[in-house]
Amino acid sequence: MALALGGYFSSASNVFTVSLVNLQAWFSARYLAVQDFLTAPRDIASLRQRNAELEGEVAELQAQVIQLQQQVGETEILAALLDFSRARPENKYLAAAVIGRDPSPFLHYVIINRGSNDGILRGMPVVTDQGLLGRVDAVIADASRVQLITDPGSSVNIRLQNAETEASLVGSVTGDLMLELIPQDINVQPGDLVLTSGLGGGYPPDLIVGQIVNVRSRDFDLFQQATVQPVVDFNRLEVVLVIVNFKPVDISPLVPAP
Amino acid sequence: MRNLIAIPVILLTVILQTAIVSRLYLLAGVADLPLVMVAAWALQDEVESAWHWAAATGLLVGFISGLPWIVPVFGYIAVVALAQILQRRVWQAPLLAMFSVTFLGTIIVSLLSLVVLRFLDVPLPVSDVLGLLTLPSVLLNMLLAIPVYVVMRDIARWVYPSLEVE
Repeated sequence: MALALGGYFSSASNVFTVSLVNLQAWFSARYLAVQDFLTAPRDIASLRQRNAELEGEVAELQAQVIQLQQQVGETEILAALLDFSRARPENKYLAAAVIGRDPSPFLHYVIINRGSNDGILRGMPVVTDQGLLGRVDAVIADASRVQLITDPGSSVNIRLQNAETEASLVGSVTGDLMLELIPQDINVQPGDLVLTSGLGGGYPPDLIVGQIVNVRSRDFDLFQQATVQPVVDFNRLEVVLVIVNFKPVDISPLVPAP
Repeated sequence: MRNLIAIPVILLTVILQTAIVSRLYLLAGVADLPLVMVAAWALQDEVESAWHWAAATGLLVGFISGLPWIVPVFGYIAVVALAQILQRRVWQAPLLAMFSVTFLGTIIVSLLSLVVLRFLDVPLPVSDVLGLLTLPSVLLNMLLAIPVYVVMRDIARWVYPSLEVE
């Protein structure tokens, strides 16, 4: 003990401790290698499970994003419709969703999810925040069929804002809008705004319909014709407004029989 | 009893037509899913209820559509008549019969619609109707013909189990 404390065995003890430490390191390294080998598969399995959970969460969040984007779109549409109704306080509106189209391609009708239970009556005008859409053609308890102004059987009395003249707007099988019965002496220009005239009592006056795109005027014709670009996008109808306080006038008894 | 499958099938077909198919335009034409469904059903062997299916589908479409009800009712009944005539002629090639019935049936319903609407004073130029509406509708109906035929064949095998032996 005295020799050891005196440092006489230091070289021998160094050799011993180095060997011991090396042996310890060798065992430790082998142990860790075996431990890695035994625990690694379990980690991969847990990682895979965690990955699957995260992928599930991502898919769920993506679905939520799509749902929220859809809600934002609907909110924007409803806000625009609200602005439109506030700008015309004289009318009472009822919002309705477009749930379908007429099965026949010959006719341009849409089906909305409001009916007689909501106070809808035949002949009520239907608009969007952009302008005139059409009018209610048939009603059942919880749904209605709306004839669009692009329907071949539709005819709307209109006035041209700039020319201060009246004419008749008719639809077609292709969905194009044609303006007929424009007197020859009226100067009609592309870009002129087309509004409902209220004549005939079918629609309230001053609803925006569209803009004139081109004019066809021939000397041998009695009237001019014009093509109208509607303000409403008829291919993307989601929510519409029915003017419920407008009572259409039925002038059919006044029309002479042929 | 299994013939009652007609009720959900017809309802689903008309709902799909008004909610989705009618929004998918090609020029001015759209596919007529109820017509293709009636044609496919009428071409199945042993099916005897095709007339009832045609009348029920026509009445439902006539109720929803702005067209006079006689157009879809008589149009779909004409499709069944056409299918039964062609089935006897080309019974060994059901897909050829399906394409033929779809092609001719679409033209018959289209012409019937044109005649009735013109009779009601709806201004419809014949050239526009044929070029922009009827021909695109024929093409779209032909695209639907095979998948609808397959679905209706499966339904027919379920309603008439004896067909599975063949």
